Amino acid sequence: MSQVIRSPKQHDVCIIGSGAGGGAAAKVLTEGGLNCVMLEAGPDVHPEKDFKMFMWPYESPHRGAGVGGHAHENFGEFLAPNGAWHIEGEPYTSAPGSDFQWFRSRIVGGRTNHWGRIALRFAPIDFKSKTRDGLGDDWPITYDDLAPYYDKVESYIGVFGTKENVPSAPDGVFLPPPKPRCTELAVKKACDKLGIICIPSRLAILTKSINGRLPCHYCGQCGRGCITASNFSSSQVFLPPAMKTGKLTLITNAMAREILVDKDGKATAVSYIDKTTRSEKRINARAIVVAASACESARLLLNSKSSSLFPTGLANASGTVGKYLTDSVGSNGYGYFPQLEKMPPHNHDGVGGMHMYMPWWKFDRKNDFPRGYHIEFGGGREMPGVGMFNALNREEEGYGVSLKQRARKVYGCHIGFAGRGEMIPNPDTYCEIDPDVVDQWGIPVLRFHFKWSDYELLQAKDMQETFKAIVETMGGEYKTRTSIHGELPFGIEPGGRIIHEVGTARMGADPKTSVLNGFCQAHDVKNLFVTDGAPLVTNPDKNPTLTIMALSWRASEYLLDEARKGNI
Amino acid sequence: MANESISRRDILRTLAVGAAAGSVLRVIPAEAAEYVHQMVHKEKSASPAGNYTPKYFSAAQYAALLALCDMIIPKDEKSGGAVEAGAPEFIDLLTSENDKFQLRLGGGLFWLDGYCTDHYGKVFLECTPEQKKEVLDLIAFRKNAKQDPSLSQGVSFFAFLRNMTCDGYYTSKTGIADLGYIGNTSLREFPGCPPLPE
Repeated sequence: MSQVIRSPKQHDVCIIGSGAGGGAAAKVLTEGGLNCVMLEAGPDVHPEKDFKMFMWPYESPHRGAGVGGHAHENFGEFLAPNGAWHIEGEPYTSAPGSDFQWFRSRIVGGRTNHWGRIALRFAPIDFKSKTRDGLGDDWPITYDDLAPYYDKVESYIGVFGTKENVPSAPDGVFLPPPKPRCTELAVKKACDKLGIICIPSRLAILTKSINGRLPCHYCGQCGRGCITASNFSSSQVFLPPAMKTGKLTLITNAMAREILVDKDGKATAVSYIDKTTRSEKRINARAIVVAASACESARLLLNSKSSSLFPTGLANASGTVGKYLTDSVGSNGYGYFPQLEKMPPHNHDGVGGMHMYMPWWKFDRKNDFPRGYHIEFGGGREMPGVGMFNALNREEEGYGVSLKQRARKVYGCHIGFAGRGEMIPNPDTYCEIDPDVVDQWGIPVLRFHFKWSDYELLQAKDMQETFKAIVETMGGEYKTRTSIHGELPFGIEPGGRIIHEVGTARMGADPKTSVLNGFCQAHDVKNLFVTDGAPLVTNPDKNPTLTIMALSWRASEYLLDEARKGNI
Repeated sequence: MANESISRRDILRTLAVGAAAGSVLRVIPAEAAEYVHQMVHKEKSASPAGNYTPKYFSAAQYAALLALCDMIIPKDEKSGGAVEAGAPEFIDLLTSENDKFQLRLGGGLFWLDGYCTDHYGKVFLECTPEQKKEVLDLIAFRKNAKQDPSLSQGVSFFAFLRNMTCDGYYTSKTGIADLGYIGNTSLREFPGCPPLPE
């Protein structure tokens, strides 16, 4: 296929999306010799200008709160661009009774520019969910199928961690971890007493130089994006080597609208809106890799129905595109630790994220809920920011010198905990095309349906109890109050809020109940692949990005192989 | 400390070497230098100016805002207060961009003047230091609004202003130093936790 002479606009593969999945595909496919074109719905990113590394809050007149204080809702003004819960002119809707929140990043690299860099492998048992407890479905692949690709991704992007032999959290190819912070040593001590496993975290941040990238300089601000590319982003780590092959054409501000097929049902082209000229354009390719993010990919497939062969959307003969949507179960809490008042001022920054965490530790017993969760935590003497003393003000009130004295006393003495658990797919949670609403480009938008079941609520309850136990074992005061009542029992976050939305074009052995095969290839359209969070059959308590990259890498090698054999 | 802190200029110099050595980085020396200049410029321009023209508040309201910020976070023996840290400019800027803030703070300042006129016969700014303290001692605590519901809007206004004043103060150079935050700099190695005091 790569030998065929093409017109300038003829490409072997069109990759839609430049984030974790699209970036991995671009690297593997171009290095394998295929001529690729990548469509990205946002602008290009310029780390040296766009990333706010080392910036002090007072260097911005908005101090990190953003224009009108609104950036606070989107994790602050200094977050790497362009993530937002709401994008002007590109809405989504929630069905009555559902509150789903969708965080999108329209920019080269997508959400990998700012993500938490938590890089956890799924465990062998995560691929055998139904066999394990009768809920959900098994994957068509096993851990052993994916393990070599986890190895490849980790070796290439760089992940620190330690070999621990915890069954729920398989070890990988690790760089050495950074030393623990004071807060982490204290939490670890309490966890040891409680029998909770607490180990060095696994983050895609370099503690040693690899592949020409500098090691971390420990400014603690990975979410702002890293000018030295010492943490992983698709834009800085996957796309440059793909560009270097000379086989990648990147088209920015290109919003894919529909995938077109020929009379035999083969994908032939992508219609997209060129946002810069506000015009409709088309690009031809012999294969299409959709990696626009799980829900955006589902939207594109569902909107690709002008062919009489696919009246309900492309690759949707099973009717499962948009179904099986899940997010991680999330519940947060925090404690106050008087013993930290005595800590002398010191540099507590470290990497941008936790140096230690608690993988799921109750895998060896019967619990009130299926599956499990892990715990992330952070706090201590972090860079001061907007909102830092709101809780103190609410509690202590007053004003004047005493307010300053209290702020000095409590600064650095809080530790926050975040549980991240597995949601079981349910029939009330899915996305579909809203029949009444289009975005500013005329593209029908998604409407979300979302519901937590008792499984997730019980998990959130367990998280709250665990946080409290850890805090109190440390001699701290647990400050978070939650209840079984209200919209969000036990502090469970609204759907989508953890930004781990996956499952909307899942893989499976049976074409009647799944969209893709084990190589992320559409059952119904052989030259169509989906390589973002959409193929995930389950959403275990491991942040999905590493698995997205491993699946995309594997799918891309398969695509290369099929292309060489002339099957695509 | 065994760990050596290196300057921003140093790290960017290191960067330039990395890029020249043919790494995949998208940073080139010129851009790295530009980044430093941009930062230095921003640091200079962010220093509190002498004559500030409010973007949203009237001159009289802004004067009241200054007085309130100064009372919420005054100068003490350790550090400067909210006014020299630029909190009023920050509050005015955000308020000029957010109509909800305009209601809460603009409206709140009117409420305060109304309250002071009713009780002292003059607006807040013209009140004596004792009178100012008296009214703040009332609206700085929720429990007072429970006893006297006519204070509740004032309490709500003050709580909002107190948060914003803290935001402005503790994101300033002065406020950050007051807390003793150390960081936002390049380290060759993360030192971990210093010995815990007994």
